[in-house]
Amino acid sequence: MGNNGTYSGVNKSGQKIVSPDYLLFEAPREKVFMTGSEAVKEAVKRASVDASVSYPITPQSEAAHLIGELWVEGYVGVYFRGESEFGVMSEVAGCSMAGARVITTTSGPGTLRAMENFPMWAGSRLPIQLVLMARGVNAPLTIQPDNLEISFLLDTGVMIWHAENAQELFDMILAGFVVAEKTDVHVPIITAIDGFFISHTRESIMIPPEDIALPPYNPYTSPTPIIDAEIAPGRYIKDPFVMKSNYISYATHASWQWEVRAAIERSRPYAKHYLKGLIEEYGDPEAELVFVASGTAASQAKEATRMLLDEGIKAKVVKVKSIRPFPHQELLEATKNAKYIMVPEFNIVGWLEREVRAAFYGKSNATIIGTPRVAGGMTMPPEIIYKDALKILGKEVSYVL
Amino acid sequence: MSFNIYKVNEELREFMPPEILELEEKATWGNPKRGVMDLPYAKELLEEHSLCAGCPESDAFRYILASLPNPEDTIIVNSTGCTSLVFPHIALHTVHSLFGNQNAVASGIKRVLEYRFPNKVKDVVVLAGDGATVDIGLDCTLQSFFRQEKITTICYDNEVYANTGGQESGLTVKGHVFKMAPKGKQWDKVPMWQLAIDSGCHYVVRMTVSSPRRVEQAVKKAIYVAREVGPTYIHLYTPCILEIGRNSDEGLEEMKLGDKERFAFFEYMTPQAEEVIKRKKEEGLI
Repeated sequence: MGNNGTYSGVNKSGQKIVSPDYLLFEAPREKVFMTGSEAVKEAVKRASVDASVSYPITPQSEAAHLIGELWVEGYVGVYFRGESEFGVMSEVAGCSMAGARVITTTSGPGTLRAMENFPMWAGSRLPIQLVLMARGVNAPLTIQPDNLEISFLLDTGVMIWHAENAQELFDMILAGFVVAEKTDVHVPIITAIDGFFISHTRESIMIPPEDIALPPYNPYTSPTPIIDAEIAPGRYIKDPFVMKSNYISYATHASWQWEVRAAIERSRPYAKHYLKGLIEEYGDPEAELVFVASGTAASQAKEATRMLLDEGIKAKVVKVKSIRPFPHQELLEATKNAKYIMVPEFNIVGWLEREVRAAFYGKSNATIIGTPRVAGGMTMPPEIIYKDALKILGKEVSYVL
Repeated sequence: MSFNIYKVNEELREFMPPEILELEEKATWGNPKRGVMDLPYAKELLEEHSLCAGCPESDAFRYILASLPNPEDTIIVNSTGCTSLVFPHIALHTVHSLFGNQNAVASGIKRVLEYRFPNKVKDVVVLAGDGATVDIGLDCTLQSFFRQEKITTICYDNEVYANTGGQESGLTVKGHVFKMAPKGKQWDKVPMWQLAIDSGCHYVVRMTVSSPRRVEQAVKKAIYVAREVGPTYIHLYTPCILEIGRNSDEGLEEMKLGDKERFAFFEYMTPQAEEVIKRKKEEGLI
């Protein structure tokens, strides 16, 4: 990067390097009609990615195939199929430790098989990007959309962003690398979508030219020394090894856990800039009925808001884009007029409702209702949200499904 | 990379720990002919260790670390177990990530280093116990061989999960009574060296660490072959004297018995490996 903040030169794929702001906000964009999986490919193509390792599981397989095609085309440096999700998440950890910008994808049961790796990524401060195309978890076997698995990831020490559509996924993948790799952040980033609804549906998205790309990852900006044997030897390992039973070890381990979580907190200003806010508001700003939702549930809530307006009821949707860090302050501000907060979700446990309750406890007088909630691959027709909202408001339900 | 980076900053010299100063003065960096014969005279890469008194693994560590042809550009990937307790004491890049995924992590490291530094030699060596290599990590171990990853895998076989208190492992001998096998192990010991051959390793050796020179030879051969050809595997008997009821001065005796029995020296190499070893011998590096 030049002294004046401009970028020059080309990356290893021969694409012109531009600033993240130019790529995300200023470059001319063209409208294309594509699936969410193809949007992943287009984002990776412009991200100066060094390495990717893949493993098949529906619905993320297509995105993983397409990253493989980018490797053939010369846009990705290292690519292969690993032995399992556990193996893949270990392999990308190795890639990241050796200084690569790395991306991988997974879904559903694969996420859980790989689970042991996510806290290890966070504890090792590896800015790996995982595109999570959420799906149901066994048993019984299912490939249907359901975002229950995000619940399991919440406390692993990684950043989690939840995209509503293919456009947001495209932009979040690019922004994800930029934010995750900031020296004062430098933690993994999971960009999640609700599988199939986004991965396999085709929609119009706006994308910048393919001959420009993000500045390559500079591994020497890592807050922990990089494993490439380019620094002097010493008694040192990548992750802090603190198994001794004494108070220094306890304190070291505790402070390291705090530090990982503090690093996620430090991502807020960057994420606000590159995501244009950790939340997005839709509908009547003063509405007393507020839907707090993330992912495709936000789309359905927006549709229900339009239906409610037909009935003369003002409502608004507050979409949560960043789950970790969680936008407590923004949510409280956006719901300060709320009497009722409904949290529609595509999972059985209601992890977003839990988050909202925890954030609002003692700080809001609004009634929080974790409804409606669907799971197992069911869609969430806006009529269901509309019907529940009318019931909560004590109104007559005039038309539903 | 310049070896000057190993020089201590003059203005900080008075504050540096003595072992770092010793590394600068007496280390064997940059000399591919380094070996176990340097051990009495040169600075060891292993400062101290937290293994039991007389543990054969500690001997193995010293011999292996003294034999690395390229320590300044070597990354060691290890796994959970007794071995992992030693790595904070080693003056090399070492990675401990999880239990059993060492060969997967090493695969990622090796491939990215080749991509980032195509004109430099970067060796990646996996060092783990039998539980990590053959039980929980067997999938990752074998798959890295199938994928022909250019890494050297060294298994410390003490025939038991030692660090967790002596549980039967895949490499425990049939009939042996350990914790979690209270009636004696019911299956045969996994012939890991044979699996390594069948899975595509180009150089495989099974041995004890009773002879330092022999360990040096095996390590050098394995690393040179991995660098140029593909995966290599070293199977070392490093008995857990604690769990088999031996005294701390009886490790060597136990290994010498092993030399005659189930750890009799066995070496396998493919024609490509043989060619590399022959060339390296001619260059005086093995």
